[in-house]
Amino acid sequence: MSSGLDLLSPEGLRIDGRRANELRRVNCKTGILVQADGSAYIEQGNTKCIATVYGPREPSHKNLQYHDRASINVEYSIATFSTSERKQRSKMDRRFIEIANIVKQTFETAVITSLYPRSQIDIYLQILQIDGGALHTSINAATLALIDAGIPMKEYVCACSAGCVEDTPILDLNYFEENNFTPTLTVAVMPNSGKISTLVSESRLHLDKFEPVFNLAVSGCKQLHSVFDDVIRKSTTELANRVMEKQKE
Amino acid sequence: MEIIFNTPSAPKETENIENKQNFHIVTPGEQITSDPAFMRGHGTYTQEDVVMASVAGVVERVNKLISVKPLRTRYNAEIGDVVVGRITEVAQKRWKVDINGKQNAILLLSSVNLPGGVQRRKTELDELNMKSFFSEGDLIGAEVQAFFHDGASSLHTRNLKYGKLRNGSLVVVPPALVRRCKSHFYTLPCGVDLILGLNGYIFVSKHPDKKSEELSPEELYSNKNEEITFYQRSAIARVCNCIKALAKHYMYINDSIIIYAYEASLPYKISDLLHDDICEVIVEKAKLQIEMQQTL
Repeated sequence: MSSGLDLLSPEGLRIDGRRANELRRVNCKTGILVQADGSAYIEQGNTKCIATVYGPREPSHKNLQYHDRASINVEYSIATFSTSERKQRSKMDRRFIEIANIVKQTFETAVITSLYPRSQIDIYLQILQIDGGALHTSINAATLALIDAGIPMKEYVCACSAGCVEDTPILDLNYFEENNFTPTLTVAVMPNSGKISTLVSESRLHLDKFEPVFNLAVSGCKQLHSVFDDVIRKSTTELANRVMEKQKE
Repeated sequence: MEIIFNTPSAPKETENIENKQNFHIVTPGEQITSDPAFMRGHGTYTQEDVVMASVAGVVERVNKLISVKPLRTRYNAEIGDVVVGRITEVAQKRWKVDINGKQNAILLLSSVNLPGGVQRRKTELDELNMKSFFSEGDLIGAEVQAFFHDGASSLHTRNLKYGKLRNGSLVVVPPALVRRCKSHFYTLPCGVDLILGLNGYIFVSKHPDKKSEELSPEELYSNKNEEITFYQRSAIARVCNCIKALAKHYMYINDSIIIYAYEASLPYKISDLLHDDICEVIVEKAKLQIEMQQTL
């Protein structure tokens, strides 16, 4: 087991040169695909994800039709070239189904599904490159794509991960940090109300460390929220300039 | 053979987008007003008497009603809308029609015109013959007549304008680009008929030789195309490509802009119309013409 010293230098810098409470560079764009109802592309550091949203539309199966709300269907897949080892992966991988389920549960609370009874919303997530934090990048991409598709949500859902190295909480772990037995926590929050929609941890974290790590993750989510809001506002303004001016004729 | 690669274009500069007309733009979870005098409309929800936005879009206010209009969304049916749809299923006394909405629409057997134009109760025989009127995959023009309690829309084709579509081709554009206007049926000067479905399905077909009233009952529900000349065929293809070019640039679509785009496209080959640079030229020319017309 490698020591924590490798992950955090005495000067307080991480392997990729970030400080403990620093996010990776975020780059995102909405409306990248014309044929989908909504789509988004996001890069968080070297983790890249495309989300595509179709719907609300007629359910593909009768058993997905609820009389009082829309059903949400999430499919998660990763490209063969996304990891350092090229590998063909089945869509039915249990790990992927689990991630898809987490994303689905996250959005069932945020999307106002009661407005669309007897219909279905499909979210397709495709990871193009993995460098840690695939789950929270997927949630963020899905949020942007849902907003792009004009699907009503209570508010943004922003997700971020945080871990703990040698008593120091660190934000937005990359692949190396995630795989060094660092206890990791992935949190998805609705930043305005502060409600938590998802909290996932697959490792053991000391109870005393939980609160600082959790708070750091939430602060990361809030930073991401302002980035996303900026992007959405810009793209909406651009569309409004193009479409709405004609309505003033 | 000439081969042209369409490489992905560089992302457009989105840094300096200014809000030219002072739209009130909101994003999900943003507070619009806390004044309890306002009522909440579409695209909003209330939380402790505060009206919040649930979609990203432009705030619209009609007296005391506040709603947020998302700029990209699926088609929302309203009564009286002209739509173009595709039959997906033949069921008991009804057809299910895909109209690009949140649910499939329903076309009842009792709301279609029978061949021959006679008004009578639909018999069991008609029910057995349903597939001979419309079968799966057929395109139809129809109007939204009513809504069912579960939100699905009910269509009707009780007018000779509506009914089965043939002799042409379908173009799909974002529904937000087609706006409600007086008529959705046009005959363009180039001899092409146009149905602008409000659901974003646009049907471009050749202008029929006979008026629809003169058609024989068999022809009304026929699945066979009439003879289409080369000239008509290329006019249809050109109009289709012009509409696709306009949609690519997210321009709103109506008859006049299609005519202008068609005129601007005449110097180019039909197959070249969808190349990015030619697309841009055509759209810009059409846009200029529209603006000129408005200032006159």
